[in-house]
Amino acid sequence: MDRPPPALHDLGGNPRFRCTPVEPEEDGPPDAFGKRVDALRAVLREKGLFTTDEMRLHIEELPEEEYFSLTYYEKWLRSIAAAMLQKGHVSWEDLA
Amino acid sequence: MASKAPRPESLALLEKLVAALARRGLVTEAEIAERQAATERASPETGARMVARAWVDPAYRALLLRDGTAAAEAMGVAMAGQPPLGVLEDTERLHHLVVCTLCSCYPRAVLGYPPHWYKSAAYRARAVREPRAVLAEWGTVLPEGVELRVVDSTADYRWMVLPLRPAGTEGWSEAELAALLHRDHLVGVRLPSAGRPARAA
Repeated sequence: MDRPPPALHDLGGNPRFRCTPVEPEEDGPPDAFGKRVDALRAVLREKGLFTTDEMRLHIEELPEEEYFSLTYYEKWLRSIAAAMLQKGHVSWEDLA
Repeated sequence: MASKAPRPESLALLEKLVAALARRGLVTEAEIAERQAATERASPETGARMVARAWVDPAYRALLLRDGTAAAEAMGVAMAGQPPLGVLEDTERLHHLVVCTLCSCYPRAVLGYPPHWYKSAAYRARAVREPRAVLAEWGTVLPEGVELRVVDSTADYRWMVLPLRPAGTEGWSEAELAALLHRDHLVGVRLPSAGRPARAA
Protein backbone atom coordinates (compact mmCIF):
# COMPACT_ATOMS: atom_id res chain seq x y z
CA MET A 1 0.00 0.00 0.00
CA ASP A 2 1.34 3.42 -0.90
CA ARG A 3 1.91 5.72 1.99
CA PRO A 4 2.29 9.46 1.61
CA PRO A 5 5.81 10.69 2.29
CA PRO A 6 6.29 11.87 5.88
CA ALA A 7 5.92 15.57 6.61
CA LEU A 8 9.07 17.66 6.72
CA HIS A 9 9.34 17.68 10.50
CA ASP A 10 8.61 13.95 10.86
CA LEU A 11 12.26 12.98 11.09
CA GLY A 12 12.06 9.61 12.84
CA GLY A 13 14.02 7.16 10.70
CA ASN A 14 14.61 9.68 7.92
CA PRO A 15 17.44 8.19 5.81
CA ARG A 16 18.72 11.66 4.88
CA PHE A 17 20.49 11.83 8.26
CA ARG A 18 21.62 8.21 8.44
CA CYS A 19 25.27 9.19 8.05
CA THR A 20 25.12 12.42 10.07
CA PRO A 21 26.84 12.03 13.43
CA VAL A 22 25.15 13.10 16.63
CA GLU A 23 27.49 15.45 18.43
CA PRO A 24 27.44 14.92 22.19
CA GLU A 25 29.70 17.92 22.73
CA GLU A 26 26.95 20.17 21.32
CA ASP A 27 25.83 20.58 24.86
CA GLY A 28 25.79 24.14 26.19
CA PRO A 29 22.86 26.37 27.13
CA PRO A 30 21.29 28.62 24.49
CA ASP A 31 22.98 31.90 23.61
CA ALA A 32 21.49 35.24 24.73
CA PHE A 33 19.26 35.38 21.65
CA GLY A 34 17.92 31.88 22.29
CA LYS A 35 17.21 32.57 25.94
CA ARG A 36 15.34 35.75 25.08
CA VAL A 37 13.23 34.05 22.39
CA ASP A 38 12.51 31.22 24.82
CA ALA A 39 11.43 33.65 27.55
CA LEU A 40 9.21 35.62 25.14
CA ARG A 41 7.50 32.39 24.08
CA ALA A 42 6.90 31.43 27.71
CA VAL A 43 5.45 34.84 28.63
CA LEU A 44 3.09 34.77 25.64
CA ARG A 45 2.01 31.24 26.50
CA GLU A 46 1.34 32.09 30.12
CA LYS A 47 -0.84 35.01 28.98
CA GLY A 48 -2.84 32.77 26.68
CA LEU A 49 -1.57 34.57 23.56
CA PHE A 50 0.37 31.65 22.08
CA THR A 51 -0.03 27.89 22.42
CA THR A 52 2.41 25.00 21.94
CA ASP A 53 0.30 23.79 19.02
CA GLU A 54 0.53 27.18 17.30
CA MET A 55 4.27 27.10 17.89
CA ARG A 56 4.60 23.71 16.21
CA LEU A 57 2.21 24.56 13.37
CA HIS A 58 4.17 27.62 12.28
CA ILE A 59 7.52 25.81 12.55
CA GLU A 60 6.22 22.87 10.55
CA GLU A 61 4.98 25.28 7.86
CA LEU A 62 8.48 26.64 7.21
CA PRO A 63 9.90 25.94 3.76
CA GLU A 64 12.33 23.01 3.77
CA GLU A 65 15.36 25.16 3.14
CA GLU A 66 14.61 27.35 6.14
CA TYR A 67 13.61 24.40 8.33
CA PHE A 68 17.10 22.97 7.95
CA SER A 69 19.13 26.19 7.81
CA LEU A 70 17.68 28.43 10.52
CA THR A 71 18.96 27.87 14.04
CA TYR A 72 16.61 26.30 16.54
CA TYR A 73 15.57 29.56 18.22
CA GLU A 74 15.38 31.38 14.89
CA LYS A 75 12.66 28.91 13.95
CA TRP A 76 10.88 29.65 17.23
CA LEU A 77 11.07 33.38 16.55
CA ARG A 78 9.65 32.94 13.05
CA SER A 79 6.82 30.93 14.52
CA ILE A 80 6.02 33.47 17.23
CA ALA A 81 6.09 36.33 14.72
CA ALA A 82 3.85 34.42 12.29
CA ALA A 83 1.30 33.70 15.02
CA MET A 84 1.32 37.27 16.34
CA LEU A 85 0.77 38.58 12.79
CA GLN A 86 -1.98 36.08 12.07
CA LYS A 87 -3.82 36.96 15.29
CA GLY A 88 -3.44 40.69 14.74
CA HIS A 89 -1.30 41.34 17.81
CA VAL A 90 1.34 42.98 15.62
CA SER A 91 1.32 44.32 12.06
CA TRP A 92 3.65 43.85 9.10
CA GLU A 93 4.68 47.50 9.54
CA ASP A 94 5.81 46.71 13.10
CA LEU A 95 8.18 44.06 11.85
CA ALA A 96 9.39 45.73 8.66
CA MET B 1 24.91 23.39 12.82
CA ALA B 2 22.87 23.78 15.97
CA SER B 3 25.25 26.05 17.79
CA LYS B 4 25.83 28.59 15.03
CA ALA B 5 24.99 32.23 15.69
CA PRO B 6 21.61 33.68 14.68
CA ARG B 7 21.51 35.90 11.59
CA PRO B 8 21.58 39.67 12.14
CA GLU B 9 18.06 39.95 10.67
CA SER B 10 16.82 37.53 13.30
CA LEU B 11 18.25 39.67 16.10
CA ALA B 12 16.52 42.70 14.54
CA LEU B 13 13.23 40.84 14.12
CA LEU B 14 13.23 39.82 17.78
CA GLU B 15 13.68 43.39 18.96
CA LYS B 16 10.98 44.72 16.60
CA LEU B 17 8.59 42.03 17.76
CA VAL B 18 9.22 42.65 21.46
CA ALA B 19 8.91 46.42 20.97
CA ALA B 20 5.60 46.06 19.09
CA LEU B 21 4.15 43.71 21.70
CA ALA B 22 5.30 46.09 24.45
CA ARG B 23 3.72 49.11 22.72
CA ARG B 24 0.41 47.26 22.71
CA GLY B 25 0.75 46.40 26.37
CA LEU B 26 0.96 42.65 25.72
CA VAL B 27 4.38 41.98 27.26
CA THR B 28 6.94 43.94 29.26
CA GLU B 29 10.71 43.68 29.37
CA ALA B 30 10.44 42.93 33.09
CA GLU B 31 8.20 39.93 32.42
CA ILE B 32 10.63 38.56 29.85
CA ALA B 33 13.60 39.02 32.18
CA GLU B 34 11.75 37.39 35.07
CA ARG B 35 10.74 34.44 32.90
CA GLN B 36 14.29 33.97 31.64
CA ALA B 37 15.65 33.95 35.18
CA ALA B 38 13.09 31.34 36.21
CA THR B 39 13.95 29.16 33.21
CA GLU B 40 17.65 29.39 33.99
CA ARG B 41 16.94 28.10 37.51
CA ALA B 42 15.46 24.87 36.14
CA SER B 43 18.37 22.47 35.75
CA PRO B 44 19.15 18.77 35.45
CA GLU B 45 20.00 18.83 39.15
CA THR B 46 16.26 18.65 39.82
CA GLY B 47 15.88 15.45 37.82
CA ALA B 48 19.04 14.11 39.47
CA ARG B 49 17.61 14.71 42.94
CA MET B 50 14.39 12.93 41.94
CA VAL B 51 16.29 9.87 40.72
CA ALA B 52 18.59 9.80 43.76
CA ARG B 53 15.60 9.93 46.09
CA ALA B 54 13.89 7.15 44.16
CA TRP B 55 17.03 5.02 44.62
CA VAL B 56 16.89 5.34 48.43
CA ASP B 57 13.16 5.79 49.15
CA PRO B 58 10.81 3.04 47.88
CA ALA B 59 7.68 5.13 48.50
CA TYR B 60 9.09 8.01 46.44
CA ARG B 61 10.16 5.56 43.74
CA ALA B 62 6.60 4.24 43.52
CA LEU B 63 5.25 7.78 43.26
CA LEU B 64 7.81 8.72 40.61
CA LEU B 65 6.85 5.77 38.42
CA ARG B 66 3.12 6.24 38.99
CA ASP B 67 2.92 10.02 38.56
CA GLY B 68 6.07 11.88 37.54
CA THR B 69 4.30 15.23 37.73
CA ALA B 70 3.33 14.66 41.39
CA ALA B 71 6.85 13.43 42.15
CA ALA B 72 8.32 16.62 40.67
CA GLU B 73 5.90 18.76 42.66
CA ALA B 74 6.95 16.87 45.80
CA MET B 75 10.47 18.19 45.12
CA GLY B 76 9.17 21.75 44.92
CA VAL B 77 8.98 22.03 41.11
CA ALA B 78 6.11 24.13 39.75
CA MET B 79 4.41 21.86 37.20
CA ALA B 80 1.27 23.93 36.57
CA GLY B 81 0.79 24.39 32.83
CA GLN B 82 3.43 21.78 32.04
CA PRO B 83 2.63 18.61 30.10
CA PRO B 84 2.50 15.43 32.22
CA LEU B 85 5.84 13.83 33.11
CA GLY B 86 6.25 10.08 32.71
CA VAL B 87 9.23 8.19 34.14
CA LEU B 88 10.67 5.07 32.49
CA GLU B 89 12.14 2.46 34.81
CA ASP B 90 15.34 0.80 33.62
CA THR B 91 15.96 -2.76 34.78
CA GLU B 92 18.74 -5.34 34.39
CA ARG B 93 17.02 -6.46 31.16
CA LEU B 94 15.61 -3.21 29.76
CA HIS B 95 17.09 0.20 28.97
CA HIS B 96 15.19 3.29 27.79
CA LEU B 97 16.20 6.09 25.43
CA VAL B 98 14.14 9.28 25.01
CA VAL B 99 13.85 11.24 21.77
CA CYS B 100 11.38 13.67 20.21
CA THR B 101 11.26 12.79 16.52
CA LEU B 102 8.76 15.51 15.58
CA CYS B 103 10.34 18.49 17.31
CA SER B 104 12.25 18.78 20.59
CA CYS B 105 9.83 17.93 23.42
CA TYR B 106 11.83 17.57 26.62
CA PRO B 107 11.01 17.54 30.34
CA ARG B 108 12.31 21.05 30.82
CA ALA B 109 10.74 21.56 34.23
CA VAL B 110 13.07 18.94 35.70
CA LEU B 111 16.02 18.95 33.24
CA GLY B 112 16.29 22.59 32.11
CA TYR B 113 17.10 23.66 28.54
CA PRO B 114 17.47 20.73 26.13
CA PRO B 115 21.02 20.30 24.77
CA HIS B 116 21.71 21.07 21.12
CA TRP B 117 22.20 17.45 20.12
CA TYR B 118 18.74 16.49 21.43
CA LYS B 119 17.22 18.98 18.97
CA SER B 120 19.43 17.96 16.03
CA ALA B 121 18.02 16.34 12.91
CA ALA B 122 20.59 13.54 13.24
CA TYR B 123 19.49 12.54 16.75
CA ARG B 124 15.79 12.81 15.91
CA ALA B 125 16.16 10.76 12.72
CA ARG B 126 18.58 8.08 13.95
CA ALA B 127 17.51 7.43 17.55
CA VAL B 128 14.54 5.39 16.35
CA ARG B 129 16.36 3.69 13.45
CA GLU B 130 19.73 2.71 14.90
CA PRO B 131 19.64 3.61 18.60
CA ARG B 132 22.61 1.45 19.54
CA ALA B 133 24.77 3.28 16.98
CA VAL B 134 23.60 6.58 18.45
CA LEU B 135 24.47 5.41 21.98
CA ALA B 136 27.92 4.45 20.71
CA GLU B 137 28.58 8.10 19.93
CA TRP B 138 28.58 8.62 23.71
CA GLY B 139 30.70 5.51 24.12
CA THR B 140 27.68 3.79 25.64
CA VAL B 141 27.48 0.02 25.09
CA LEU B 142 24.61 -1.82 26.74
CA PRO B 143 25.43 -5.13 28.43
CA GLU B 144 24.71 -8.27 26.41
CA GLY B 145 21.05 -9.23 26.41
CA VAL B 146 19.66 -5.85 27.47
CA GLU B 147 16.63 -4.81 25.45
CA LEU B 148 16.58 -1.18 24.27
CA ARG B 149 13.26 0.62 24.15
CA VAL B 150 13.11 4.03 22.46
CA VAL B 151 10.34 6.33 23.69
CA ASP B 152 9.10 9.33 21.70
CA SER B 153 8.34 12.41 23.77
CA THR B 154 5.51 14.57 22.47
CA ALA B 155 4.13 18.05 22.95
CA ASP B 156 1.54 16.51 25.27
CA TYR B 157 3.65 14.05 27.28
CA ARG B 158 7.27 14.25 28.42
CA TRP B 159 9.55 11.41 29.45
CA MET B 160 12.54 10.96 31.75
CA VAL B 161 14.55 7.81 32.48
CA LEU B 162 15.02 6.30 35.94
CA PRO B 163 18.39 4.58 35.42
CA LEU B 164 19.62 1.55 37.31
CA ARG B 165 21.45 2.46 40.49
CA PRO B 166 25.11 1.70 39.75
CA ALA B 167 26.95 -1.09 41.55
CA GLY B 168 29.35 0.15 44.20
CA THR B 169 27.05 2.84 45.58
CA GLU B 170 25.71 0.84 48.52
CA GLY B 171 25.36 3.05 51.57
CA TRP B 172 25.77 6.31 49.62
CA SER B 173 23.68 9.28 50.74
CA GLU B 174 20.97 10.79 48.56
CA ALA B 175 23.18 13.83 47.93
CA GLU B 176 26.14 11.68 46.91
CA LEU B 177 23.93 9.72 44.54
CA ALA B 178 22.49 12.91 43.02
CA ALA B 179 26.01 14.21 42.41
CA LEU B 180 26.71 11.07 40.39
CA LEU B 181 23.98 11.87 37.90
CA HIS B 182 24.22 13.84 34.69
CA ARG B 183 21.45 14.98 32.38
CA ASP B 184 22.60 12.40 29.82
CA HIS B 185 21.70 9.59 32.24
CA LEU B 186 18.14 10.88 32.50
CA VAL B 187 17.69 10.94 28.71
CA GLY B 188 19.28 7.50 28.42
CA VAL B 189 22.32 8.22 26.24
CA ARG B 190 24.76 7.32 29.03
CA LEU B 191 24.71 4.99 32.02
CA PRO B 192 25.65 6.30 35.48
CA SER B 193 28.68 4.70 37.06
CA ALA B 194 30.10 4.89 40.58
CA GLY B 195 33.64 5.26 39.27
CA ARG B 196 33.12 8.18 36.91
CA PRO B 197 32.67 11.83 37.79
CA ALA B 198 29.21 12.95 36.75
CA ARG B 199 29.27 16.58 35.86
CA ALA B 200 30.99 16.80 32.51
CA ALA B 201 28.86 19.80 31.54
